[in-house]
Amino acid sequence: MTGTLLLILMITPAIAAGACLIFRAPRFVESVNLLASIVVFVMAIPLAILSAGGPYRLLGNYVVLDMVGAWVILCTAIVYLLASIYSVGYMRLLDEDPKLWGFYALFSGFAFTILLSAIMNNAGLYWIAIELTTLVSAFLVAFERAAESIEAAWKYIIVVSAGISLALLGTVLFYWSGSFVLGSTYDMSWDVLRDAAPKMNAALVTLAFLLVLIGYGTKVGLAPMHSWLPDAHSESPAPISAMLSGALLNGAMLGIVRFLTIADAAQVGGLARTTLVALGVVSLLIGALFIVRQNGIKRLIAYSSVEHMGVVALGFGFGGPLGVAGALYHMLNHSLNKSLMFFGAGNVMRGFGSKEIGDIRGVWARNSAHGALWLAGAAAITGAPPFGLFLSELVILRAGLEHGFGWAVYAMIVLLIVIFIGFLNHFRGMYFGLAPEAEATPLRLSNWCVAPMWLALAPLLLFGLWWPTGLWDHFLAVAHALTSAAP
Amino acid sequence: MLVAHLDPLAASIFSLMAIASLLLAFVMLGSRWLINYLYAFAAESWVIAALSAAVAFYGNYPKLYLIAILTALFRGLFLPYLVWRIIRRLNVAREIHEILQPSSALVAGALCVVFSLTVAYRIGQSLGLAGTVAVLALTIMLSIKLIGFLMLSVRHEALSQILGLLVLENGIFLGAQILVPGMPMLIEIVILFDLLIIVVCFGLLVQYLVSHVGSTSSLSLKRLVG
Repeated sequence: MTGTLLLILMITPAIAAGACLIFRAPRFVESVNLLASIVVFVMAIPLAILSAGGPYRLLGNYVVLDMVGAWVILCTAIVYLLASIYSVGYMRLLDEDPKLWGFYALFSGFAFTILLSAIMNNAGLYWIAIELTTLVSAFLVAFERAAESIEAAWKYIIVVSAGISLALLGTVLFYWSGSFVLGSTYDMSWDVLRDAAPKMNAALVTLAFLLVLIGYGTKVGLAPMHSWLPDAHSESPAPISAMLSGALLNGAMLGIVRFLTIADAAQVGGLARTTLVALGVVSLLIGALFIVRQNGIKRLIAYSSVEHMGVVALGFGFGGPLGVAGALYHMLNHSLNKSLMFFGAGNVMRGFGSKEIGDIRGVWARNSAHGALWLAGAAAITGAPPFGLFLSELVILRAGLEHGFGWAVYAMIVLLIVIFIGFLNHFRGMYFGLAPEAEATPLRLSNWCVAPMWLALAPLLLFGLWWPTGLWDHFLAVAHALTSAAP
Repeated sequence: MLVAHLDPLAASIFSLMAIASLLLAFVMLGSRWLINYLYAFAAESWVIAALSAAVAFYGNYPKLYLIAILTALFRGLFLPYLVWRIIRRLNVAREIHEILQPSSALVAGALCVVFSLTVAYRIGQSLGLAGTVAVLALTIMLSIKLIGFLMLSVRHEALSQILGLLVLENGIFLGAQILVPGMPMLIEIVILFDLLIIVVCFGLLVQYLVSHVGSTSSLSLKRLVG
């Protein structure tokens, strides 16, 4: 049952990518991709529920479906669905029909590689899946072929490839430290490593974990390795920005979480967690500084991704049931909210013909329904109640206080307030700032461009008002699974 | 564990090859001309292939012979060929703007080696492997890594950056042959193919750089800041 669902989940985007390459009619490829994203979404929900029944190992232990992995799959599926709906409208605006098949082939291929990374049960194969996500998405970043997007793609691929080569080195060192316990040849699956971890050499595991953390941290966009992120997120087409931010970053965070469990089991969790927490605080700091003085609208939202990945890193770094629950909840809320923000930014950029915040004035006056929707998203992304991110940030703060990370908690509170003021100040300018000349031509948007924003906001509001008990129990089970091996 | 009880001849051969590849990394660091850079990279790949074969022979890992052949073919011939094609198309023979003179870069590289040695020595001591070839392998693995990063940061030609990334991978691969010869073959083969895809992708992106940005120097990539 689980195997079949997983197979359908994985094979659908792969088939969609193939179909886009073969049949290149523009209207056909967009519907194929949309259909694939619906199937992926429909499969991801039962998989997330079924995953509670214990990890399922398939294909000779190379594939695993565990609770964290299934959660990342669910977040990815949600963003993939929303972005697919949105891209139907957005890509028509771009008027790139002849190249559309390439876009959708890469798009579904990108979704495929992220999903693949979430189910790899081998540290080496996971690394390869993450490398593939970079290669596929670099071409999506460069899709518009403007000098800026090529520059962004080049920086993206160089910085991230160099970064995750450190993760490969760390992975080899993990294998080496395991080989003292398990002999020279063994399968480097996550639980094998974790079971062997208590007997591994602490110094070597520390070195290996730090390398892995910096490596995958580059991909997650933790500061100070974040430098590719604002470029890539701001120069790619809006649906791809949402995928990069809402789906890809979670997929890379998964690697850090899995290696963190191994470090915990090897008794070096203290240093590992402190480093992760420090990176999280630095990410919040960098996010805050660049959000306050930002000119580009999508760069503003991209720095907010640096910030939120910092918050997720803090959640996992604090650890314990509260920290893990908060971080997982934050992942889901961030995926929903960041999609909403990038879709709105895409609409506004098309409508005003500029990416500069200074040129965008009178968003409210030109389309008040869309303006209200985007403003609600902006309030939500800064962690204002009654939206989901408020709840998850609160839980993470509590987790930090519980586990003796008071300094990080206070830094986080101050920086979140700075970000709240800085981020919304830009929105104040865009909504209520004086327009250079009074042009009140209404901003017309197709339903394809607005509907996914509603679809993202509704659950975000729901999760802010009501944290389902079932979800809470699920998170506790994940936290238990992540820490159970530690003695 | 292969490295713990190795006969002296094998240990010296491994050390010799590892040091040879470190020297080749320095050759790359010190050369201005892209084509020399490329030759040094190819030579380093051949040394690593020979090392794989030597480990296969002394450590009795027959599958490493296959890895050795694949390394020689892929890293030693095919990847340099692909990069050579890009060089020929681009008409860029050498680094034009150097942040660091090759001589200063060599000194910085030497500092990287000293740092790596300190780290490797500590780790070796805590593992009870001090004085074995494992410490040397770890040193060289880390220092080629650092030298690769140094090359990425002081060079600006797109091609130097591709080669820099390949050097990063070479360092890991070299260390892995000595430290973890039993690593499942599937992973090593997949990583080899992955490298191939990386180089093809880079080739495409370099073309975009030429046609849409009009330069292959990363110094001219400064539209996106802040």
